Amino acid sequence: MELVRISTAGSVDDGKSTLIGRLLYDNNALTKEQEELVQKKTTEKGWDDLDLSVITDGLVAEREQGITIDVAHIYFSTNTRKFIIADSPGHVEYTRNMVTGASTAETSIILVDARKGLLEQSYRHFYISQLLRLNNVIFAVNKMDLVEYSEDRFLEIAIEIKQMVENLDARIDYSIVPVSSLKGDNVVHPSENMTWYGGSTLNQLLHAKKDIVTGQAPFRFDVQQVFHAQENGFIDYRGYAGRVISGNVSVGDRIVALQSGKESIITEIRRYTEVLKKAEAGDSISISLADEIDVSRGVVLARKEEQPEAQTSISSTVVWMDEKPAHTGVRLLLKSGSREFPVKLTEIDAKVDPMQANKRINVNAIEVNDITDVQLRLSQPGYFDAYSENKANGVFILIDPQTNHTVAVGFVKK
Amino acid sequence: MRITRWVKHIKMKTKKHLYELENESIYILREVAAQFKKPVLLFSGGKDSIVMAHLARKAFYPSRIPFSFLHIDTGHNFPETITFRDELVNALGVDLIVRYVQDSIDQNKVQEESGKYASRNALQTVTLLDAIDEFGFDACLGGARRDEEKSRAKERIFSVRDDFGQWDYKNQRPEPFQLLNGRIQFGENVRAFPISNWTEEDIWTYILEEGLELPSVYFAHERKLVKRDGAYLAHSEFLNLVDTDEIENRTVRFRTVGDMTCTAAFISEADTVEKVLKENVASKHSERGARIDDKRSESALEERKKGGYF
Repeated sequence: MELVRISTAGSVDDGKSTLIGRLLYDNNALTKEQEELVQKKTTEKGWDDLDLSVITDGLVAEREQGITIDVAHIYFSTNTRKFIIADSPGHVEYTRNMVTGASTAETSIILVDARKGLLEQSYRHFYISQLLRLNNVIFAVNKMDLVEYSEDRFLEIAIEIKQMVENLDARIDYSIVPVSSLKGDNVVHPSENMTWYGGSTLNQLLHAKKDIVTGQAPFRFDVQQVFHAQENGFIDYRGYAGRVISGNVSVGDRIVALQSGKESIITEIRRYTEVLKKAEAGDSISISLADEIDVSRGVVLARKEEQPEAQTSISSTVVWMDEKPAHTGVRLLLKSGSREFPVKLTEIDAKVDPMQANKRINVNAIEVNDITDVQLRLSQPGYFDAYSENKANGVFILIDPQTNHTVAVGFVKK
Repeated sequence: MRITRWVKHIKMKTKKHLYELENESIYILREVAAQFKKPVLLFSGGKDSIVMAHLARKAFYPSRIPFSFLHIDTGHNFPETITFRDELVNALGVDLIVRYVQDSIDQNKVQEESGKYASRNALQTVTLLDAIDEFGFDACLGGARRDEEKSRAKERIFSVRDDFGQWDYKNQRPEPFQLLNGRIQFGENVRAFPISNWTEEDIWTYILEEGLELPSVYFAHERKLVKRDGAYLAHSEFLNLVDTDEIENRTVRFRTVGDMTCTAAFISEADTVEKVLKENVASKHSERGARIDDKRSESALEERKKGGYF
């Protein structure tokens, strides 16, 4: 069974909660308790259609205000897929939560109200999806029941979407599907009201085969801890515990420890009591080497012939997440995997407006929810890849050392 | 489908995503061990904490688990769970610290609830916060899962709590790409949740796949019960009985094991992990449906969490 991580964004007005509710309901994935809640709320409101919106918004303040403030995680499975939905808010003041929700996803569902067409938040959500290079974007044109299931209206919106994608020069797989979450058209069941639409339902799109591109990226291993063990029948076990952040690795491979530049050969790959021949991206393992070279937390292991550059400064796009604005010269901590070191914001290049993505706006300060290109000077060599080439080794967070808040997420450009 | 064939089918089907979840949990456990000076694992003897203990063993093997376990004991436990807890801790070779809600009551820090629905579940918070102060723990590893309940669905993997254990849900640290920022000020601590993304079904499938042992209360057994408001509670000296309560002997099992006074039993004949898993999948009821304390209101758990609960 494949694990599929999806992000959704939008406000309650878009019918986002209803869409998720419908997806679960028609997939027969609601618990008895959720079904009872839906029945109860539907009766209270005196609706003809089920109120499926009630199962997502979690916090008291969200229910009171009818909005999504923070990312909620929703889990459901079908016969062939296990889904994790990161349900994120859509308003501009919650851009940071939207980025967080989308960051672990492969697919994003962007909701468009059929009556309104593309709104500012649709542009922002799409911009973020392509900034994060998600594999797949699905535009769900919702509330088709309120535009009399009109094919013309759907085509108008489809043209708007196409225009947006072209303007961004985005190389991203996307699909557009007309749905009514309230009535259940094209979410899981093919619509009888829109026979003019010959494409897949939302559910079919979510079940489409994933393009797996692992193995393409160069091997990177992030050392979290060093193990020395005498227990469990081991005599002087020495291993580097961590996660393969990209690519794959086999016993016998010649590797280099970045920072020191020392080389060695992998003698063992271990996962608990299992001794493995190879490991790939995502695997949490421990690695033993033929030589005692200096390796500690924060060191990256790579193959010699594909080692990343030792950057002293990086240019990157950051999404600012803190209420406190940032100015040139500010000192921050950069964290990527187990690497953590001070950096200095040396230049603020330009801010991006997702509505007019090609226009660069010059600014002196970075405000909360801004998407900005910046230059960072690093206090130690970076060894990052460009995010566009190797996501896992091209992303970082910035921490304010005074407050310890996570103030930004950054994507390495070069 | 016969049960053995069904089990084979389930194992095949779930192997890949369980491996992915295990990778993620091991990464988180190692980050906790590396980023904090004095972490502790909150251990109740329930199935989720048993899975946590197993994951911790895997994460640090062949080294020992580098932190102690802490049990906040309400005194209203299923006796089977406590025996099991002690055996497991011994086998793992970790230190177990137990702090008692009874002590907090005796010190007049909390007041025992009264009446029909009296439970010590919410009282655990004070005992936990005192234990954090006493030992100076800077991170508490918990087995909470996001699929359990609405407010849990909003929880971060590293959840920063202030001196009073409060959860500031409106100002949570963003956690993009699972980059975990565990930096805290003096007096703050972090609740870390390595199995956030597991569902109840994942837990049971994992228990099956890894061959983990569980306390006997999770499996069908005959028991003296109290039928109240349509639910079955274990009969015990801790329950305040009222006139409308009916006492019955039935064959039941428990899906979640907490305080005896607020955990409801399921009528069931499922006496193996395989049968429990199959029955749970078919039932469609959520396991929190068996927690009487969450039924107090739609936001009962959220309110408890803001006040420093797990």
